[in-house]
Amino acid sequence: MKLELRGVTKRFGSFTANDRISLTVEPGEIHALLGENGAGKSTLMNTIYGLYSPDEGEILLDDQGVSFNGPGDAVDAGIGMVHQHFMLIPVFTVTESVALGYEPTRAAGIMDMAQARAKVLEISARFGFDVDPDARIEDLPVGAQQRVEIIKALSRDAKVLILDEPTAVLTPQETDELITIMGQLRDSGTSIVFITHKLREVRAVADRITVIRRGAVVGETSPQSTETELAGLMVGREVNLTTAKEPADPGEVCFEVRGLTVLNSADKVVVDHVDFQMRRGEILVIAGVDGNGQSELAQTVLGLRTPVAGSILLDDKDLAPLSVKQRLAAGLGFVPEDRSTDGVIGAFTITENYVLDMYDRPPYAGGPGNVALRLPVMREAAQTQAERFDVRMGGVDDPISTLSGGNQQKVVLAREMSRDLRLFVASQPTRGLDVGSIEFVHRTIIEERDKGTPCLIVSTELDEALNLADRIAVMYRGRIVGIVPASTSRDVLGLMMAGVPADEAQAQAATHHTVLAEADEQAEAEENK
Amino acid sequence: MSASGSQQGMTPAPKPEQQSPWAEAEGRLSRVLRELGQTSWLVTVLAVVVALVVGAVLILAANRDVQASLSYFFAQPTGFLETSFQVLREAYSSLFRGAVFDWQAPSAARSIRPLTETMVYSVPLILAGLGIAIGFRSGMLNIGGQGQIILGATSAGFLGYALSMPVGLHVLLALAGGILGGAIWGGIAGVLKARTGANEVIVTIMLNNIAIYLLAWLLQQEWYKQTGSNQPLSSSVDESAQLFSLLGSGFRLHAGFLIAILATLGVWWLLERSTLGFEFRAIGENPEAARTAGINVPKATALVLVIAGGLAGLGGAAHVLGTEYRLAGGVAGTLGFDAITVALLGRSKPLGTFLAGLLLGGLRAGGVLMQAQTGTPIDIVLVLQAVIVLMIAAPPLVRAIFFLPHADGRPRIRTRRSRRTAKGAAPTGSTTERELQTSGAPSAGSRSTGPSGTQASGTGPNDTQPPSTTTQEPGK
Amino acid sequence: MSEQTVSTAAVQTDPLKRASTGVRPISWKYPITYAVLAALSVLFALTVPEGARTHFRLSSGGDFFQIPIVELPSRPAGWISAVVLVVLAGFAFWQASRRAQARLWLPLLFGVLFVFAFLVWAGADRGAVIPLVTMLTGALALSVPLIFGAMCGLVGERSGVINIAIEAQLLAGAFLAAVAASVFTSAYMGLVFAPIAGALVGALLVFFSVKYQVNQIIVGVVLNVLIIGLTGFLFSTALTQNPELWNARQQLPRLPIPGLSQIPIIGPVLFNQTILVYLMYLIVGLLNIFLFRSRWGLRTRAVGEHPKAADTVGIKVNRMRVYNVILAGAIAGLGGAFFTIGQGLAFGKEMSAGAGFIALAAMILGRWHPIGALLAALLFGFSTSLGNVLATIGTPVPSEALLMLPYVITIFAVAGFVGRVRPPAANGTPYVK
Repeated sequence: MKLELRGVTKRFGSFTANDRISLTVEPGEIHALLGENGAGKSTLMNTIYGLYSPDEGEILLDDQGVSFNGPGDAVDAGIGMVHQHFMLIPVFTVTESVALGYEPTRAAGIMDMAQARAKVLEISARFGFDVDPDARIEDLPVGAQQRVEIIKALSRDAKVLILDEPTAVLTPQETDELITIMGQLRDSGTSIVFITHKLREVRAVADRITVIRRGAVVGETSPQSTETELAGLMVGREVNLTTAKEPADPGEVCFEVRGLTVLNSADKVVVDHVDFQMRRGEILVIAGVDGNGQSELAQTVLGLRTPVAGSILLDDKDLAPLSVKQRLAAGLGFVPEDRSTDGVIGAFTITENYVLDMYDRPPYAGGPGNVALRLPVMREAAQTQAERFDVRMGGVDDPISTLSGGNQQKVVLAREMSRDLRLFVASQPTRGLDVGSIEFVHRTIIEERDKGTPCLIVSTELDEALNLADRIAVMYRGRIVGIVPASTSRDVLGLMMAGVPADEAQAQAATHHTVLAEADEQAEAEENK
Repeated sequence: MSASGSQQGMTPAPKPEQQSPWAEAEGRLSRVLRELGQTSWLVTVLAVVVALVVGAVLILAANRDVQASLSYFFAQPTGFLETSFQVLREAYSSLFRGAVFDWQAPSAARSIRPLTETMVYSVPLILAGLGIAIGFRSGMLNIGGQGQIILGATSAGFLGYALSMPVGLHVLLALAGGILGGAIWGGIAGVLKARTGANEVIVTIMLNNIAIYLLAWLLQQEWYKQTGSNQPLSSSVDESAQLFSLLGSGFRLHAGFLIAILATLGVWWLLERSTLGFEFRAIGENPEAARTAGINVPKATALVLVIAGGLAGLGGAAHVLGTEYRLAGGVAGTLGFDAITVALLGRSKPLGTFLAGLLLGGLRAGGVLMQAQTGTPIDIVLVLQAVIVLMIAAPPLVRAIFFLPHADGRPRIRTRRSRRTAKGAAPTGSTTERELQTSGAPSAGSRSTGPSGTQASGTGPNDTQPPSTTTQEPGK
Repeated sequence: MSEQTVSTAAVQTDPLKRASTGVRPISWKYPITYAVLAALSVLFALTVPEGARTHFRLSSGGDFFQIPIVELPSRPAGWISAVVLVVLAGFAFWQASRRAQARLWLPLLFGVLFVFAFLVWAGADRGAVIPLVTMLTGALALSVPLIFGAMCGLVGERSGVINIAIEAQLLAGAFLAAVAASVFTSAYMGLVFAPIAGALVGALLVFFSVKYQVNQIIVGVVLNVLIIGLTGFLFSTALTQNPELWNARQQLPRLPIPGLSQIPIIGPVLFNQTILVYLMYLIVGLLNIFLFRSRWGLRTRAVGEHPKAADTVGIKVNRMRVYNVILAGAIAGLGGAFFTIGQGLAFGKEMSAGAGFIALAAMILGRWHPIGALLAALLFGFSTSLGNVLATIGTPVPSEALLMLPYVITIFAVAGFVGRVRPPAANGTPYVK
């Protein structure tokens, strides 16, 4: 089926998320929609999927104008979507999830589960998926959940399939499998819209590429374009994809994690006997697919979780008896992975957010036992630091929610780096940020390293890990699979992210290249030419 | 999206995904209250008007003269209108005379007495309302004002008649007992929420009912009531434990009103100027961020409910030591639920709560006179109260009723959409980014089972770890 | 490609789960509870006077089978049940130490035996007979509004709307049932109008919480105040001025089911009831089937768990919530009718007396499951009934203690004592597109 957009515009209040976007997806084509975080890709896809109605412009399917009142209409018209955050209900079974909304029923609205189950099995067999129709969604690994989403779309005979950032949660090898599936679907005539901000993927997968920036189409190009060209189009200026940094000059060992084991609230092991050491002035990146215990590891270092075994030593001092507050006071700087839930309080002012973990000690608090806030001191400090970190804002008394994500993150960094740090921990420090903010955050972290602070960074973005790290530790299912130098290849890291030990991964990667790695090599060869 | 912003690649304008109203509304209490706080005073006035109109309909419907005149409405429509007008004028003027100023009173002193009566009624409402307001600001729905007031009254009253002590000391001890009683009752909910994540709404509702039976049982125990009769009524509070009268005989206004004023100031300082208040507001707005910033969320949570309970208990104590003097099964009346109304009406701000307490106290005082003079049952005050709160909680409805434009001047039709975008920047943005991180598990699922979610009705998990560690569990 | 698939599959059988069972602490909560209760029963047996006897009446006047009063020697009966309880408690410890899954029969058997031990002790040599059938009938009667209320709460919360206004719905149902029955001089007309009253309250709840996204708990609390005020106002005016017209007593007739109602003990309790009670059986049964097996149920649960996901498959989330809450309101309204026409009483101010909150408690204790909520409501009804019986035969246990019991149990439940209670994930969260 052919999908065509003509001048689609979508506004939220005074803000234009999509500005006169025109786009054609031919039948049996993989069309990549490339743009950085916040460029308006998801808004556009949600408009096509009937979740929003466009303010202007039209959507055509096989040259017929359509208008959708809701996703139901879009699905009936043959559009399927795999959302970036899966639209699956954790307590449902696979069969229930697939049937939802299109339930086969017998008399009195009672569901025909046998028929629903058969459908799941039939589609999984067709594409060689190994999915248990009776498994509960919450018990499935992320990759399998994604397959359930695909089955869901296919069970409704989707002719146009929208995949929104489908690789964000996958290892390179799983991405490979997804690419194979996309190829299969294309060959059977399905049109695929593939949304991403990862340059290397579009080049490997897409038949055509549309780049959008700030809500508008800035160009249509072929996968033959170089990464630099694509990046330039996407960001709108020349970008340096790697941050320049001096080689690390590691000092003495000052931070050590020994045999750390952490359970989650369901008593499952999420961090499993983790050991590592860090030296002063180095950046150690914990890489891995989201949900393999990295977040919990960082939270345990901060003291948000209590380990069941093992110890954490900072400057030879055991952190175990210290509360979060005491650890922060002892020189720990912490940037949480979810800025808006854990990093800032949206309704609080910039000033209040700036003192969020220092409000109860001098100079920000005064009086007997530091009971009273000293508002003028707080405000002045926030003003000074905001200027130093180049926070674009109206004033320090505005709620922080009025700032963009990048500026909010700068406030968080300003706060954490206003103290003398003995250890800096950041989880996903650039998630959801635009390229400019990412550069700023990376530079700031490297500066902190150069001051001699050990920096522990959790990142699920392989690019970020390779760019920032002096050493990379890969986590899988709560364990550290291996700690390798930052020069390790993506394929090896990818295999390690799936739990393959480092040496074995080296061997396997030597014999088998992923599609992406091959594309990379090709690109390199071209640029060398 | 101006060109100047492009140099750094970032602009102050929110990003589309952040702005997106699509993101699920998190429904966090603080936001509801923030929105309440943004409603204009006009809306409050109009809400009162709507309530009075609803009340008028009820008064007319229940009035026999009006019913009679309605039966010959078509023969003599003016008769119906006249009668209605008469009835309403009488009812609402007696409401006013009972609450503010009685121009029919024999003496000047008598004519200002209604205002002092309003103050008398408002004392427990303000004190308990402040307690509820602190809870709201800290993200906790404390429905337990009723139980906390009962416990406060129960302890203060008992200390008031069971002990004999010198004048000043006795009343102080009785008040302290009241605070302690309420604080314990609030503290049970607080400690359970802090330690196990038990939802405070459910626990406080249950504690209300337990308090009622506890008092009923106590009032059958001779050691407690000390009267020697079989009546479920306690002995009278000693004079040494009574709150002294402010205006002398003929007036019931007592020192409790001064306590209410002091408490209002104290709560303002606590919330706006103290480090503890900073913690309370932080856990109310975003408990996860508060925890990450090193705030001891369980401790603050428990403290909020202890203080809230203490204030409600103080309200109950002032009620017994200043107005009632005796304990009976229904000593607290509907004070606990009225206090919730007061806090909502006062937008959870100390001064607002104080004024809202006066307004509701006025309705009570006026309702008494209205019932006596026109036979309009005092239950109508409950209806008025409920309508007022519903209206101020849904400003778009009020605007729709009065054909007002939306607050930002947009046409009325677009009310819902503009509401969304207005709040889009902050909370929905946060949801989007939150979703970014919860990988496979849909965010709604893992979040609201966490104890920090103020809305999840039941419950929280029973893990021994501090609450809200459950909020992000990948790898399930 | 295939090579990779194999390697990924190989690592997926990581010893993750094995590791976790090794570290998970054993939960001793249940065994300890059993042990405490068993110890109590030993105490009962110890304090029974020598040679005392306890009398149970197992039938009531009009029953088909008349069973003579059963007389038990209190001390041996007490000791036997105490010993069994101790053994069961020991079994619970053994089970826990093996980390075995908890079974349902154990708490049920334990509960029944403990109540028996308690009754034997409470009734020993009091010169009064313990009217077992009356007690059970009373328990069911007290449970009826709770069960209706709990089903109402459950349908609402399963679709993501918290309903604190069950109390208001019961009260409104009771009011309109009484008025309609009185005006039409037919109890069955009350049955027609009661659900309308409950549904109207439900409609107000969704109007404010879905359309205007007002916090659902606040709307619920306010609706309770509103309905208490409204019914109180109308009761004090119209209903008091002209009770013959507006508030005359009407009673639904009992309709014994032939055969079933003749079964000893449970027959008269369960099957000699009004149509309202039979409707209750039907509603619980239907909900249990439809919530988990029907298209409606699947969609309802989807809307309550993850409304956005439901929306993406074309389910109209808010419409679903509106319909369900109104339907739920109708169920609660029927429950309210039990207070008036179900028992042949005129309407009285605030006559629901907190039943709505106990219903809410029953729903939570029953973990949002129709059968669970039914059992919890029956338990609460039974404890109240037991309280009433004890008050008449005069035991050392104050009846207030038993009246408090449902609330205390619920606090334990939400504090996580009765295992992890998981409400629908999107419960209380307004859905804004």
